[in-house]
Amino acid sequence: MTDLVLLVDAYLVDALPEIWFGVVMFALAMYIILDGFDFGIGMLYATRDDEHEKETFLTAFGPVWDANEVWVVAFGTMLLAAFPRVYSRVLADHYLLAIGFVLALLFRGLGPEMREQHDNERWKRYWDYSFIGGSFLAPLLFGTLAGRWIFDAPTVSLPALLTGVGLVAVSVVTGAAFLTAKTGTRLASDLRTYGIIATLVYLIGVVALLTTVVVTDAGGTADTVLSLPVGAIVVLSVVAGGGGSVLALRGEYRTWLVSALALPALLSLLVALLLYPTIYPPTGLTVREAIVSPLALNLVTILGFPALLLVLWYFKFLYGVFSGPIEGEGYKN
Amino acid sequence: MFSTVLPDVLIQGWALQLSPELASRAQFGWTISVHIIFAALSVGLAPFMIYFTWKDVRTDTERFTRLRSFWVKVFAAGFVMGTVTGIPMSFQFGTNFPQFAEVAGELIGGPLAFEAKMAFFLEAVFLGVLLFGRERVSDRTYILSSVLVGVGAWLSAFWILIVNAWMQTPQGFEMVMRNGMEVARLTDPIAAFFTPRMPWMYVHMVNASVISVALLVAGVSAYIVWKKRDAAAWNTALKLAVIILLVTAPLQAVHGDAYGRHVADTQPQKFAAMEAHYETGTADLHLLAFPKSIDAITDPKAENLLTVSLPGVGSFLASGGDFNAEVLGLNEYEENPPVAIVFWSFRFMVGLGFLFIGLALWGGYLIYKGRLSESNRFLKTMIAASPLGYAALLTGWYVTEIGRQPWVIQGELKTSEAVSSTLNGTEATLTLVGFVVIYIGLILVALHVLRWLVEDELRELGVEVSDDDRWYGPVPKVSDDD
Repeated sequence: MTDLVLLVDAYLVDALPEIWFGVVMFALAMYIILDGFDFGIGMLYATRDDEHEKETFLTAFGPVWDANEVWVVAFGTMLLAAFPRVYSRVLADHYLLAIGFVLALLFRGLGPEMREQHDNERWKRYWDYSFIGGSFLAPLLFGTLAGRWIFDAPTVSLPALLTGVGLVAVSVVTGAAFLTAKTGTRLASDLRTYGIIATLVYLIGVVALLTTVVVTDAGGTADTVLSLPVGAIVVLSVVAGGGGSVLALRGEYRTWLVSALALPALLSLLVALLLYPTIYPPTGLTVREAIVSPLALNLVTILGFPALLLVLWYFKFLYGVFSGPIEGEGYKN
Repeated sequence: MFSTVLPDVLIQGWALQLSPELASRAQFGWTISVHIIFAALSVGLAPFMIYFTWKDVRTDTERFTRLRSFWVKVFAAGFVMGTVTGIPMSFQFGTNFPQFAEVAGELIGGPLAFEAKMAFFLEAVFLGVLLFGRERVSDRTYILSSVLVGVGAWLSAFWILIVNAWMQTPQGFEMVMRNGMEVARLTDPIAAFFTPRMPWMYVHMVNASVISVALLVAGVSAYIVWKKRDAAAWNTALKLAVIILLVTAPLQAVHGDAYGRHVADTQPQKFAAMEAHYETGTADLHLLAFPKSIDAITDPKAENLLTVSLPGVGSFLASGGDFNAEVLGLNEYEENPPVAIVFWSFRFMVGLGFLFIGLALWGGYLIYKGRLSESNRFLKTMIAASPLGYAALLTGWYVTEIGRQPWVIQGELKTSEAVSSTLNGTEATLTLVGFVVIYIGLILVALHVLRWLVEDELRELGVEVSDDDRWYGPVPKVSDDD
């Protein structure tokens, strides 16, 4: 009984609200890392004319994209469970961006699945447009929405748009690296060119974004941007991006993939640093103010953390089953 | 948002602009109506798919390979449709009903997050294995994957219905002030998760999903058998579907009857709307109702209808044994749900429920006589009945959700108070139109995909299928045959 009273009156550990801020940011990181390379594959798909190469692209992400996309639901629902006001305001205050994003996801998701359903050139072509358009718009709109949230900036503003473009660019980098690791040397020379250009665009974008933010003090984040941790993230991003490009040129594709995936991970860390201790800059709401009551948070911790570990194990299993390069016809059932 | 970007003229030019509340409700109702078709497909098809996969891997007969391969394809297409329609639906808690999300956050956030982590991921990950991994994992892991996909679908329904049941019979919370707003604080998780409505709803919904899919399986099988009598796999599937209907259809009627009594106890206003019962007093049970005039269709009142009724039985059911018990009428309430929709939806659902029992008995009789695949009339009836399970499922949900109005959380928060205060009519109308157009397209695509899968199957069975179904324009051609 005393245990129950403890559960009701206080957080399991004092820092539980901060831990949940971290967990929500972790889900965001998983989303932009994993679905990010799906988006990248979708955009790079636009450069392919050959049906066999298109099939190879689709085979590379076929078994995993749906599971990757679920991370956005995990992110949204955990945000709702821990910070209901933030969930409400982020979505309601950016209505058209949020609806546009989910509709972009719809077209992205239907494209590759539906094109396989019927052997008709025109049918396939329309679903290709759906796939490519959705893969481009989803990260653009999601990034723009995040930019508005973090920097309290209007949609048509440098901070918001640069965040959108940055997410598009980093998705192309991870998409190219993932595809190269999956397809080996066949398409490598093309893909690594796109990957390196996108890396450059991304790094310039991040620097431009942070410069704009310092100059305009968007969302009151100028001081944070000039701090050591943010500086370290920028340096690490440049190292990962530059080093990754060198690895790509040398043909070390698996290592390139690792350093490419580090970019969206560092980006998520940057988001967390820019927000904390605030979680909704437009109203100045902090993590401590927005968090739910101890009982509710303790409950989602006790039931949710083991579930989260289980999910990570599923992913390890899934990527294990479909690991390694695609050979010939690829994964078939 | 765009109001700051677009010139004012354009905004003024919107002749047909709905209020944010009406547009939001229509949009949410529409998106969930489409989503639930695919969600129920996953829940209902899961047991069939597990059975076919298990039989295929264990016996390795051509029959079950065929059935597994066909229905896993249907499941996969349905799952993708469910994912892409479900994400827009769940985000609308935030975009359109942020006050609801904030007030109920502590109560609904947990279950929704558990749904994503425990159910949705499970389904998505192991469906990947099921679709692409036959050669990459062992037989045992392959069967297990199909079971886990099914468990994911049923768990998903479990967590989602915890949320919905709480909205019907909320408990386990207290209202407190937080950040200048009165919100629900979780005080008793067991009470909040296992509300009185939860077990009723779960059994009714899962069973309804199985019935809907059994009718779909029966319809598809009947069509193929009708085209090719000796298709062994499809004779098996038809028989299986009929046997499942023989169990589930009567169960739904018996269970639904008790469920109705529970609604009368816990949501008397909804019960009164289901029976169009306005004056407090003894209630009759209307088995059949016919409108006497046009008015009686749009504004049904028990006294204006030509009904076949059991006097006092409404009271008897609601009170659990007293024919003269007083049942609260709609006149007692300040604001009522749209009675016509609730009243007619309820009758439509119940009517279909009895039709399904009839179909199951007919099929059972034919199995007993060994003539299941010989009766053209039965096969054609089952083809025609294949979408009716879904019709019953949707109208049942209209009774539940529209019958709860004006409340979004029964007795605690009105739908009108839950709608976003920052949303304007232009944005809301714009996205509503977008969702209507896109989801109609999506349903047409889904029907085409099902048709192509059936035609492929027929070709493999050696049946001639005309090849004139070339696809021409941006909008898929609606088929007028089959």
